Amino acid sequence: MDTIFAQASAPGRAGVAVIRISGPQAFAIAQKISGKRLEGRTSVLRNLQDSAGEVIDQALVLSFPGPNSFTGEDVIEFQLHGSIAVVRAMLSTLSEFPDTRIAEAGEFTRRALENEKLDLAQVEGLADLIEAETEAQRKQAVRVLSGHLGARVEDWRKDLIRAAALLEATIDFADEEVPIDVTPEVNELLTKVGAELKAEIRGTHVAERVRSGFEVAIIGPPNAGKSTLLNALAGRDAAITSEVAGTTRDVIEVRMDLCGLPVTLLDTAGLRDSEDQIEAIGIERAIERSRLADLRVFLASPGESLMVSPEAEDIVLIPKADLVSNSENGISGKTGQGVSDLIARIQTTLSKRSSGIGLATHERHRVALEQAVSCLGEVDAILTRGPDFYDLAAEELRFAIRALESLVGRIDVENLLDEIFTSFCVGK
Amino acid sequence: MKHYDVIVIGGGHAGTEAAHASARMGAQTALVTMSRDGIGVMSCNPAIGGLGKGHLVREIDAMDGVMGRVADKAGIQFRLLNRRKGPAVQGPRAQADRKIYRTEMLRETEGQKNLQIVEGEVVDFLMDGPTVSGVLLADGTTLNATSVVLTTGTFLRGVIHIGDESHQGGRMGDRASVKLAERIDSFGLPMGRLKTGTPPRLDGRTINWDILEEQPGDDEPVLFSFLSDEISAPQVACGITHTNEATHKIIRENLGRSAMYGGHIDGVGPRYCPSIEDKVVRFADKESHQVFLEPEGVDDYTVYPNGISTSLPADVQEAYVRSMVGLENAVILQPGYAIEYDYIDPRALSSTLGVRTVEGLYLAGQINGTTGYEEAAAQGLVAGLNAALSAQEKEPVIFSRSDSYIGVMIDDLTTRGVTEPYRMFTSRAEFRLSLRADNADQRLTPLAIELGCVSGERIEAFECKLNALTLVKERLSSELYTPKELQTAGLSVNQDGSRRTGFQVLAFPDICFEDLIPLNSSLTDTPTEVRRQIERDALYATYIQRQKKEIDLLKKDEGLRIPGDFDFASLAGLSNELKTKILAARPETMAQAARIDGMTPAALTLILARVKRGVGKKSA
Repeated sequence: MDTIFAQASAPGRAGVAVIRISGPQAFAIAQKISGKRLEGRTSVLRNLQDSAGEVIDQALVLSFPGPNSFTGEDVIEFQLHGSIAVVRAMLSTLSEFPDTRIAEAGEFTRRALENEKLDLAQVEGLADLIEAETEAQRKQAVRVLSGHLGARVEDWRKDLIRAAALLEATIDFADEEVPIDVTPEVNELLTKVGAELKAEIRGTHVAERVRSGFEVAIIGPPNAGKSTLLNALAGRDAAITSEVAGTTRDVIEVRMDLCGLPVTLLDTAGLRDSEDQIEAIGIERAIERSRLADLRVFLASPGESLMVSPEAEDIVLIPKADLVSNSENGISGKTGQGVSDLIARIQTTLSKRSSGIGLATHERHRVALEQAVSCLGEVDAILTRGPDFYDLAAEELRFAIRALESLVGRIDVENLLDEIFTSFCVGK
Repeated sequence: MKHYDVIVIGGGHAGTEAAHASARMGAQTALVTMSRDGIGVMSCNPAIGGLGKGHLVREIDAMDGVMGRVADKAGIQFRLLNRRKGPAVQGPRAQADRKIYRTEMLRETEGQKNLQIVEGEVVDFLMDGPTVSGVLLADGTTLNATSVVLTTGTFLRGVIHIGDESHQGGRMGDRASVKLAERIDSFGLPMGRLKTGTPPRLDGRTINWDILEEQPGDDEPVLFSFLSDEISAPQVACGITHTNEATHKIIRENLGRSAMYGGHIDGVGPRYCPSIEDKVVRFADKESHQVFLEPEGVDDYTVYPNGISTSLPADVQEAYVRSMVGLENAVILQPGYAIEYDYIDPRALSSTLGVRTVEGLYLAGQINGTTGYEEAAAQGLVAGLNAALSAQEKEPVIFSRSDSYIGVMIDDLTTRGVTEPYRMFTSRAEFRLSLRADNADQRLTPLAIELGCVSGERIEAFECKLNALTLVKERLSSELYTPKELQTAGLSVNQDGSRRTGFQVLAFPDICFEDLIPLNSSLTDTPTEVRRQIERDALYATYIQRQKKEIDLLKKDEGLRIPGDFDFASLAGLSNELKTKILAARPETMAQAARIDGMTPAALTLILARVKRGVGKKSA
């Protein structure tokens, strides 16, 4: 097996750059470069040299003998000074060793998977962890990484296999003394698993949001100060503001970390009947996007009716609080009045929603869960037709079990892997 | 010295089917048996078929094997099990006349071209280095062969227990093959010990049939062979009686004298076929168990009481038998006994049933840890075909899980091994809805024709049926009917406006083939069997469509072959438990690897990655 290496930290100048080597040659290479023996799981400071004996850099050398390493193989990590030249020299020195090459995309993780250091769901969790921008995303990724989803699926699978076994018993032992009516227990198991699956599916929507971000749309009539508010929330001039009504035409997105939650703020065109064709399109988009958003912030004076009505939990505020005398429930992007209250309200609302989070976090998970739920529904319907149709019920049940098994990668492993590994880049 | 292409040792269900398959392939075949009279003996219950097992018989027949034809001739009571359930889980079963079965099997065997029966006891293999090259008989005769199929049933170190008495022997009255067992030991194959039991045989003339519940056969018997069209033996009914509190009390009080409960037996018995001792102990709250009284033949008064197999002493057997209604005066002709025997871990075999480490040697039947005549015969077929193919230096034939129950069984055995005697069930076949007893010919006969192991008569019959099916399927899919038209013809379907083919209409429950005739008069001349088959296909059409995707995936994985010299031992990072299992199973394809018990996605990926990289081979 080849020994592989790659830069594990982000490319470019930085305080520290990390280069990781994994494989049978890892220790030998590290010893050659650092000039001294490396033993056990240690961290030492060494001068690293190229093949001509020139010093490349002084670095911290971390050694992880397999199988107690990230990949399960012998692993060495060099923590170098984060200079582009140093990293380049290191990579070039490493590539001179025989049976040693730069890692392909996702190859470290793939080796970890192959050596049973991670399961499939955990691999996906790891990809998320690396990409996590906010605290909530990190927590979620860690939860997947620790294998909770696999354990959950195993529980469901066990219950469904039990139900299948009951049905099969009436089929395969028809001539013998088995209980004729197994439906009470089968129904009980199906109802239980079905309910848990549905709850998990509800959780996937939230989980997907935590992964990809909640959308919060700011809507209101023209010139209500929506863009000014967006800029205040974002802390920068993301949107053009002016006294002219209808300045914002397209939807402007600003991604931000709102107390740990990933949020995309949407600034939208002011809502009014407009003769202007371009503005009309912008208004249409504003309505469409705000409808799909997870939460809407309305800037509207009391009694003012808009083309969109607030839903439960939506936030309605009185705009330009700096200009009115009674500023209760008012907000002003200009003076900052009410802005921190608004942030707190958005955060409370979204946090509440993300507490219903599930373990399944990916679209792939949700599709498999929904497939299982749909099969269980079929089983239910067939069971009411009586024992003569148990062959069909058993088939649907088998399909439900297969759907769940696909979640933890028991079938079609290869395709699944290809898909997962294409979303990785080198060195993770 | 006489040379054969294939020698088959043993004339039981595995042996006869193996010898016939080999001979049909055109290989010069010898069937070595201790006695000509032992060919086709049913040593356990006198019945063929059942759930899952009936499928196997149909598949053997589709390959032009003998079991189905002989069972049809010997059948004295035919019942289609699960008749009310879906066609995929129905199983043809027949009570067989023991004598007719034996004589018909002998007749078929004597009449088979390329097949010679040799009477004698095989005491050793002839070896050519590590390769088996023939057999040595007890009288000193040597027979040479390119391939040898061993089907010794329970004869390997067989020990019979009746209560606390035990003696060596295969089945009652036979010698155990101790010497041969020693030779097999020298191959160093992984072995284990299993047990099985039989009930006492009763004298039917001493049973009070008049007061017993009767279980008659079906009015319309369903036969096994695609070539059979009628029954030939007189038909009989079975009787049913029950154990009762008195029976259970006798058994409980004498448990200490049972071989199984007295600690005389170490082997593992089947959970699905428990002895009466097991039933009474494990299901203590059950007050009664069913006992089927099965006649062993039309002119044989022996009765096989199915459901009370035992290893209790003879006097206890008599006492509990007589505690049951109708059996008050029953006389035991032969006491029940338990038998313990060695089996070879079938994970030592490849999908051809050839022993991986001993060239030229094939194993089939109970020696591979299975139970049942049908399971044995199906393995015999596979081993016989491959033994002949190997002797003819041709490519082996591999049955897949997606084409047959035979494929399911061989795959289960060779990748998962056994922990108790292996019996076929319909639930073992994940593609059950497409692997039906009724379409076994369409699944396998083309393969048999390709191999060249089929009679002209069968080819003709098969092609005739296939043409009829194709024709009717065309007729059924060529025309579309509106719901209105269907309603006029008296058929109730959803009035959703969508037009349907006749085939789609058949998928509705309560609509049968005959209902379609008013719509298309050309359907009138369709043969009955074809009508029923079309109905079954239509019923499962949507499921079969969905399964096709799975089957394609499986086929892909089956196509990913793992080299024979793949170094599983060097796979890093696997748990010891999983590694042991992989090493025992030595999967030949990714599909097999995926089914190893406890296999993880990670381990599978690892194997796949290595196979693809072409590494992992043992260095020379």
